[in-house]
Amino acid sequence: MEIFKADVVIVGGGGAGLRAAIAVAETDPSLKIALVSKVYPMRSHTVAAEGGAAGVKKPTDSYEYHFHDTVGGGDWLCEQDVVEYFVRQAPIELTQLEHWGCPWSRTADGHVNVRAFGGMKIERTWFAADKSGFHILHTLFQTSMKYPSIKRFDEHFCVDLLEDEGRCQGVVVIEMGTGEFSMIEARSVIIATGGAGRVFRESTLGGIVTGDGMALAYRHGVALRDMEFVQYHPTCMPVTGLLFTEACRGEGGILVNKDGYRYLQDYGLGPVSDKPKNKYMELGPRDRLSQAFYFEQQKGRTIEHPRLGSVVHLDLRHLGEAYLHERLPLIYEMAETFMGLDPAKDPIPIRPAVHYTMGGIKVDGNCAASLKGLYAIGECASVGIHGANRLGSNSLTELLVFGKVAGVDAARNAKSLAPGKSASLLKQAEATEQRLMALKTKTGGTEKIAVIRKEMAQSMEDGCGIYRMANTMQATCDKLSELRERFKNISIDDKSSVWNTDWLTAVELDYQLDVAQSMAHSAIRRKESRGAHQRLDGFELRDDVNYLKHSEAYYVAGDEPRIAYGDVKITTSQPAERVYGAAGEKADQERKGSHA
Amino acid sequence: MPDSQRIIEIEVLRYNPESDKEPHLEVYKVPFSDDMSVLQGAQYIKDHFDGSLTFRWSCRMAICGSCGMMINGIPKLSCETFLRDYFPNRIRIEAMANFPIEKDLVVDLSGFIEKLESIQPYIIPREPRSLDQGEYIQSPEQFNAYIQFTSCINCTLCYAACPQFGLNPDFIGPAAIALLHRYNMDSRDGAAAERMELVAAEEGVFNCSAVGYCSEVCPKHVDPANAVNINKTNAAKDYFLRFLSPKGGSK
Ligand SMILES: Cc1cc2nc3c(=O)[nH]c(=O)nc-3n(C[C@H](O)[C@H](O)[C@H](O)COP(=O)(O)OP(=O)(O)OC[C@H]3O[C@@H](n4cnc5c(N)ncnc54)[C@H](O)[C@@H]3O)c2cc1C
Ligand code: SF4
Ligand code: FES
Repeated sequence: MEIFKADVVIVGGGGAGLRAAIAVAETDPSLKIALVSKVYPMRSHTVAAEGGAAGVKKPTDSYEYHFHDTVGGGDWLCEQDVVEYFVRQAPIELTQLEHWGCPWSRTADGHVNVRAFGGMKIERTWFAADKSGFHILHTLFQTSMKYPSIKRFDEHFCVDLLEDEGRCQGVVVIEMGTGEFSMIEARSVIIATGGAGRVFRESTLGGIVTGDGMALAYRHGVALRDMEFVQYHPTCMPVTGLLFTEACRGEGGILVNKDGYRYLQDYGLGPVSDKPKNKYMELGPRDRLSQAFYFEQQKGRTIEHPRLGSVVHLDLRHLGEAYLHERLPLIYEMAETFMGLDPAKDPIPIRPAVHYTMGGIKVDGNCAASLKGLYAIGECASVGIHGANRLGSNSLTELLVFGKVAGVDAARNAKSLAPGKSASLLKQAEATEQRLMALKTKTGGTEKIAVIRKEMAQSMEDGCGIYRMANTMQATCDKLSELRERFKNISIDDKSSVWNTDWLTAVELDYQLDVAQSMAHSAIRRKESRGAHQRLDGFELRDDVNYLKHSEAYYVAGDEPRIAYGDVKITTSQPAERVYGAAGEKADQERKGSHA
Repeated sequence: MPDSQRIIEIEVLRYNPESDKEPHLEVYKVPFSDDMSVLQGAQYIKDHFDGSLTFRWSCRMAICGSCGMMINGIPKLSCETFLRDYFPNRIRIEAMANFPIEKDLVVDLSGFIEKLESIQPYIIPREPRSLDQGEYIQSPEQFNAYIQFTSCINCTLCYAACPQFGLNPDFIGPAAIALLHRYNMDSRDGAAAERMELVAAEEGVFNCSAVGYCSEVCPKHVDPANAVNINKTNAAKDYFLRFLSPKGGSK
């Protein structure tokens, strides 16, 4: 087995991983950085983000507003000290990206422009047309080439963490092109592997979003926090799940049901006005909008499409072709290519789909996990800014702010430690290699990867969808246990070494099953409704007495996860009723009154 | 999922370096519906007929740049190309032309990545600015000068289309030149002169025989042919300046 000695290894080349790599390189150019990614970094799913990244920009805005939008949006399950840090760093990091060349859209006088986004009181979403993630990712990837200390391991697949003397000391990777294993030693290990939404059926996510890093940390005893909170994005393409960004609504798009009625006014988001108004109607938060869809469907007010199923319409026609081309060019193209319709002339059929995992690897404000030397950042992590519901455009900023934090701290940590004992690490790496080679070479399996994956995804949708009930969640938990058993009998067609994606897909499925279990078991134990976790079986209300708590799922080998609870850090914002539309404005006024 | 019984024949160029001497074609009969992309066709084959079929993909929305292949001989993104447009005829998918095949539809991109790295694809500031000075100001004209060339998704379809790259794999090629041009045209950047050496070098723009097929196949309207063209002119100018000034032209 080849051995590579680094100081810091980063698993994940998306926005978070790249930002961290640059931070390490800038902190100390003498540190050797290994950047591992199972796809070329610019293919990472950050590339698909459309709408933009939040950071205070306008003179009428303030850190305090951004803080309150985020904490209220998260239904008070945020770590408030971390959010305070986040909102202050946001504009600095977004400006840094501008200096690195990110082509943010601009106003006529040449400054960076900002747009409205759901749940945000003031326009503060920096955007690069509707390809914000694409531009952020390519800017970071290209900028990272400036630093000779970053050694990339492109198309290398991480299969294990190495742990010795109570701390994390490296990773085991497979070079996908050859099937060969290597061990990368490091004194700091940063996981930046992105979300896990692919455990569900219909999602906005790329095929690579399989929760690998979450499962890796989890198997090494680190808690996965708040995993029951999974965001459904309200405006997605039926069947494929592809996303129509929230910016469609930020720019003025409206949602109507089969009667052409703006139904959101029936769900505490009104009243209707002609112009888009922040935190009203279509600019309410995602959880509320997806929930409203569910009830419209129950009431028989959705449009029933023979092929697409139940849909409502996203109507952009009044914005006009020219404006749509300028502000939403990707959306325009997607509607034309994938649905054969012209958004300037036709309303777009949409429905909710899984989009984001609020929970993740539990880390503190320095992005450090309970296992020493291990850090987690980006969508795979739970640093505490999203709570029970993420506000759109907070996560791209999160990648930058906490990518930097982790990079700086990982550099400091690496410098403070002596190298580990290679021999003992190598032994572990070899054991991992044997286990995975056995999976590949095993014959006589009868279970198909695609079948197990499909059953898992369907079961997650059935039990852990927009609304949840004990009996369906229990059925999902049982199904997942059954699939875990059946996975042991998996069959892998491809026995070759070069580019064996059949084998690696099985490894991913193994990760996914772990992550799905952590979600379903955390969900069934939360006997309340909060943010994206909504129940219809007698727990319709938020219960701050018993559940103003983070859930923490711990891995138990061969068994279901153990669920524990941790405190939520509250600094200045006491839990209050979470209201939008006119009621929200009233509550804001009262809050101001009481502060004065 | 297919919701009708229509069946399309997909012919796939298969190659496993560990067991095949040469690439060969295999045909699969795939049930499909109107909204199924060629990528979904390949996924159907992998899930139902042969798990060893190998191809790259991720986003499914024509933005990650992973899923390029030759579709009936034309370089295309398979996620935004639809089976319905080929039915009832057979459709043939093959690895992107001009690149070495690693396995089935996966080609070796390491050379392309090295080219990207070689052009210094980052801002080398004309006037350094600290973060508390805020963002650089760019007028709409300055912005429009480079924005088109930022849209490249690195799908390498233009390389699969380029006859010159086919002849000379060292040719830096359309996308890398477009990216170089993107930074040169950015008002924040001041390193156009440094990059010029590469433009005019042996692997540079003069390889191009102005076929223009690269821009035709580009799914993102980057128009790399235009970037190459402009740089031919620039490099020619630079060449003359080098003659006039002993210290080396444009610096
Ligand atoms: C369609 C869409 C639109 C969005 N729009 C917005 C928006 O407008 N604003 C906003 O704030 N957020 C948005 N989001 C959310 C945001 O884009 C993501 O949360 C964020 O980009 C995740 O970045 P990341 O760096 O954590 O992970 P990713 O970009 O997903 O990167 C993960 C990396 O980990 C690597 N990796 C994973 N597993 C392994 C392994 N086993 N071995 C090696 N490498 C591995 C991958 O190769 C990849 O490089 C959107 C999300 C989607 C899906
Ligand atoms: S220039 Fe166009 S065809 Fe070439 S790599 Fe970029 S996006 Fe693809
Ligand atoms: S799958 Fe991403 S471009 Fe086709």
